[in-house]
Amino acid sequence: MGKPMKIRASVKEGMTEVKILMQHDMETGLRKDADGNLIPAWFITEVKAEYEGRIVLEAQFGQSISKNPYLMFMFKGGSAGGKVKVSWVDNKGDSRSDEVTIS
Amino acid sequence: MNTNQICKAVMVLSLTIGGAAWAEPEITDSDRIAQYREMISDGNPAEFDEMRGEELWKTPGGPNKVSLEKCDLGKGKGVVKGAYAEMPRYFKDTKKVQDLESRLLTCMTTLQGIPEEQITAKPFASDKKESDISSLASYVAGQSKGMKMKVSTKHPKVKEAYEIGKRIFNYRAGPYDFACSTCHATSGVRIRMQDLPNMRSSKKDAQAAYTSWPAYRVSQGLTRSFQWRLNDCFRQQRFPEPKFASEATIALTTYLAVSANGAEYAGPGLKR
Repeated sequence: MGKPMKIRASVKEGMTEVKILMQHDMETGLRKDADGNLIPAWFITEVKAEYEGRIVLEAQFGQSISKNPYLMFMFKGGSAGGKVKVSWVDNKGDSRSDEVTIS
Repeated sequence: MNTNQICKAVMVLSLTIGGAAWAEPEITDSDRIAQYREMISDGNPAEFDEMRGEELWKTPGGPNKVSLEKCDLGKGKGVVKGAYAEMPRYFKDTKKVQDLESRLLTCMTTLQGIPEEQITAKPFASDKKESDISSLASYVAGQSKGMKMKVSTKHPKVKEAYEIGKRIFNYRAGPYDFACSTCHATSGVRIRMQDLPNMRSSKKDAQAAYTSWPAYRVSQGLTRSFQWRLNDCFRQQRFPEPKFASEATIALTTYLAVSANGAEYAGPGLKR
């Protein structure tokens, strides 16, 4: 299982702002190690955010995204106390899900 | 529209554009870097290293299978809050002035029973392996966030370390005849895109520089400790590599920490 994310979610004037910091190596597959061998590609391919079971964001990630990616987005209609669940899947089939309560 | 009118229109247009460019305030590279820092300040990956450090602090480890919660960082056994803002300081048990990392080294060897060489062989994180002592330092430092730097030089040993540190800061040597002060004692200079803080005579620069370490280096994808930072400074000066947690590095840290006194500790920070 992947390493935990840091998620913050707060609601202001009807808009819920979600800030996600993921922990991932995000190897491009183009880098070489000290011995000159290619470091195999290893990156997040899909990110999904749900509010009370309803999908509010779906994204496809690739090699061009940095190590430990940071993602911020807003959606309408969330309310304080509600739960936002974020999950990702990477190209090795590893995954991670974390949940946060909106403040 | 005849030719004359077109000419006038073009002139007016060009004047407007010229005027607009004139009125626009100059945005410097350091403004852009500051802007970038602000954009990602909510998502500083150094937080992961702090989380890892907290776990290590609280989990029993080493041959003695004890946690570090009995470690005295100067404010009593197990007190982490605000400890970093008062370090380096003199410790009676070791009879030494110690910075955070050397103190952690003491606790890990005496409490947990980990052999010193095992920790000091590779004290810094790399792509391949995380460093426990470095993560612990991130965690402890983070627990002083928002507190005022207050390193006391009352104890003669600390005062002595401060004076030695000051000398090291200004000591020119090595194949390049470099000193820390070669780069860090002039205002308004930069190396590539980075503004170089004047840590000898600008209080503000010295405070901003010291209070932002440990820090996550975006270009390296790793959280770096203060000992690492000094190590890298010496490498850049082509000095021999200092021993981890050596007296010289602690003295230099003392000099820099005292220079930052009065500022709010703002780390772990975020660097290029």
